[in-house]
Amino acid sequence: MRFFSTSFFRGLIAQAAGTVLGMGLVMALRVIFGLPLSSPVEADDAHIREVIVVGGVIVGAITFMIGAGVFTDWFKWARGEETSDDHTPDPSKPNWMRYFSVDFDHKVIGVQYGVTSLLLLLFGGIFAMLFRIELSGSGITFLNSEIFKVLLGYDGPHLYNTLMSLHGIVMIAGILLGVGAMSNYLVPMLIGANDMAFPRLNAFAFWINVPGAAILLSSLFFGGFDTGWVGYPPLSLRAPLGMQMFLIGVYLVGLSSIAGSINVIVTTLTMRAKGMSMFKMPIFCWAALATALLQFTATQLIGLSFQLVMLERLLGMTFFDSLKGGDPVLYQHLFWFYSHPAVYVFILPGLGVISELLPVFSRKPLYGTRWVALSSFGIAVVSFFVWAHHMFVSGMSPFLRIPFMYSTLLVAVPTGVKFFSWAATLWQGKIIFKTPMLFALGAVVIFLLGGVTGPPLATIATDLHLHDTWFVVGHFHDTMFGGFIFPFVAAIFYWFPKMTGRMYNEKQGKIQFWLMFIGFMLMSNLQLVLGLLGMRRRVVDFDAALGFDSMQLALTIGGFMVFFGMLLFAYNIIRSWTKGEVAEGNVWDSRSPEWQKPNPMPLHNYEHPFEVVGEPYDYGLPNSRYVNMNPAGESPAAH
Amino acid sequence: MSAVESYAIKLTRNRMGLWLFIISDAFVFVGLFVARMVLLGDTRPELDQGLGLAVTIMLLVSSFFMNRAEVEMAHGNRPAFLRNTFITMALGVIFLLGVVGVEWQIAHFGPADGQQGAVFYAMTGFHAFHVLTGVIFLFIVWNNGRRGHYSAEKHWAVEACAIYWHFVDVVWMFFYVGLYLLGTPIV
Repeated sequence: MRFFSTSFFRGLIAQAAGTVLGMGLVMALRVIFGLPLSSPVEADDAHIREVIVVGGVIVGAITFMIGAGVFTDWFKWARGEETSDDHTPDPSKPNWMRYFSVDFDHKVIGVQYGVTSLLLLLFGGIFAMLFRIELSGSGITFLNSEIFKVLLGYDGPHLYNTLMSLHGIVMIAGILLGVGAMSNYLVPMLIGANDMAFPRLNAFAFWINVPGAAILLSSLFFGGFDTGWVGYPPLSLRAPLGMQMFLIGVYLVGLSSIAGSINVIVTTLTMRAKGMSMFKMPIFCWAALATALLQFTATQLIGLSFQLVMLERLLGMTFFDSLKGGDPVLYQHLFWFYSHPAVYVFILPGLGVISELLPVFSRKPLYGTRWVALSSFGIAVVSFFVWAHHMFVSGMSPFLRIPFMYSTLLVAVPTGVKFFSWAATLWQGKIIFKTPMLFALGAVVIFLLGGVTGPPLATIATDLHLHDTWFVVGHFHDTMFGGFIFPFVAAIFYWFPKMTGRMYNEKQGKIQFWLMFIGFMLMSNLQLVLGLLGMRRRVVDFDAALGFDSMQLALTIGGFMVFFGMLLFAYNIIRSWTKGEVAEGNVWDSRSPEWQKPNPMPLHNYEHPFEVVGEPYDYGLPNSRYVNMNPAGESPAAH
Repeated sequence: MSAVESYAIKLTRNRMGLWLFIISDAFVFVGLFVARMVLLGDTRPELDQGLGLAVTIMLLVSSFFMNRAEVEMAHGNRPAFLRNTFITMALGVIFLLGVVGVEWQIAHFGPADGQQGAVFYAMTGFHAFHVLTGVIFLFIVWNNGRRGHYSAEKHWAVEACAIYWHFVDVVWMFFYVGLYLLGTPIV
């Protein structure tokens, strides 16, 4: 069985062994320092268990990385040994093994990111469907089923809280991985590089997600946690052990963000093809660069805030517990300093994909290319100054509200630039309604909904009413589906031939689009309406007298339509990967350099470097060229 | 592409990557400093001033030797490079012993004793962890240098180690002010 020799499998074994070892280590340390291993008082006993388990889990994450072989080359460097820069795969091993092993090729890492992302999105979706069933009518019924009590040891409202929290954070982890998938797969290809700047760091950035995701999901079996994905203290200080799994898991995924973003920045700044000035760089790379700038700075603050909560739980260091003089609002500031920019991390690459796709499928130049490129940076810069709009009702100093309201409304300006560009690009274009284009158009519509529902939440007076209602939920799902899910699906369809050399099933793709688009519209608009009527978010039940039952049922149906749409998507890509029609040449008649190469992309992208001689998006202009694939006049076989 | 050219290109990328990492890491320390300002305001934990000044001087002086080590390597003077690296490492270890081994033991509060405990142990702990990784990095560089690995032209690892060490030092300059000098002591 070759599977047992893959990095993935070896890593998991090492993680299991490391977790046990780490727990033993903590226990040994406790014995050496004369600390008790158990206590007759139940609360103290739980605390001791928590310390031991957390120690084990952290060691387990490190041993995963060692076992998988991510650190091997770095250990060699530390011993003063040289490593080869040639990453040609071992021909004696089957190709599929590369995807389960530590591989330095950015295309393999991109696919690894993408598949892991889709798996996490699936888990997040299952959690959502479970609590959607519960919410489709008033009264607590489904989540009180015996099966949950048997499986997890808890049920009812606490299970709802756990599922709701996990839905949020697992989706976010999935989205971050999806962002990593797009930047890793596309950036080197679009700028004419053969790999990322730091291939080993790139592998590290992917693989750290695997133990991260495993630990995050394991919180379900450690008593869950009921704080929502924000983990506000003091609730997060009192939540069960699952809270720690959440904190560690997110921390590891955050490490991935930081390492990956440094890679993206250095790659885009130093590895562009000859003639590709910044403004001739594709819009997606601009978006990836702006995203990376947010990721590599802001992510540290969520890491810090989570570590402080961990320390407070483990060692009793009082940062946030107001009973002991701590400041819970401090946590919110640290947390939102990352978590607001984070939502732009989620959407900017998606908006970049929309700007990439619209000109190809409307056969027209992208309107205002430079402005669109800069708008990503505009959004990134503004996003650092808006975080406290999440905290209008938190009890922070009221004078802070006004500047944060203005800065928040300012986000509409660079975002508006993008919308005008998209509308002007589509205007009088010869639009080709292929599946990727449908998803891009759907994304524009949905993101517009997300945009117009933003200002009521940014303005203090209206936010005081809407805070913590389903209106916020609706707004957020609009931005995430318009800014990430739909563009991500569009990107996977669009570059599917590049990845696999085969075509996806167009008919299934279109069915998926209509299923998801209609289902999502139903779902999110009902969320907005229910929120306006006063439905609180993060509650397991609602009063039947409110008359929400029928709307909630329709909402559940919409949610399931989206869910089944994504299942159809999974079926479509899995089947087309091996059985799809062979896709040869420039499938979309694109000007981009990667489509001038055969499908799937050759192992070392561009054997002969190309040269940029024109503007990237001048579709439909006679005699305009973007790239000269053969600048040195080498043999035509190079194509 | 020639080997020299390829090394030069890699060096540019490595430098950029390292500085990005340092900017990123600096955000952690800024966050900790903000937490200190919010939680303690114009008060500070009561600490041994003599010890604080002593370890601070140790770390400052170590940066001087770190710089000497890097310059000597750039001039191809291996024995001087090794000597200076070793002194830097030793000063780093003394700093760690001073903070973790002595200050943590003689402080009249533990990590669980109110905001001053939380802030003091978090700030010194996060920083000490960075000093520890810096010392390990120094040891790796010293050990490889001892075995004849670096040259005047190619010593990126030494350069990286030096930049990282200076960064850790600069962070402490702020933390020293924040913990030992700012505000009035809590009694």
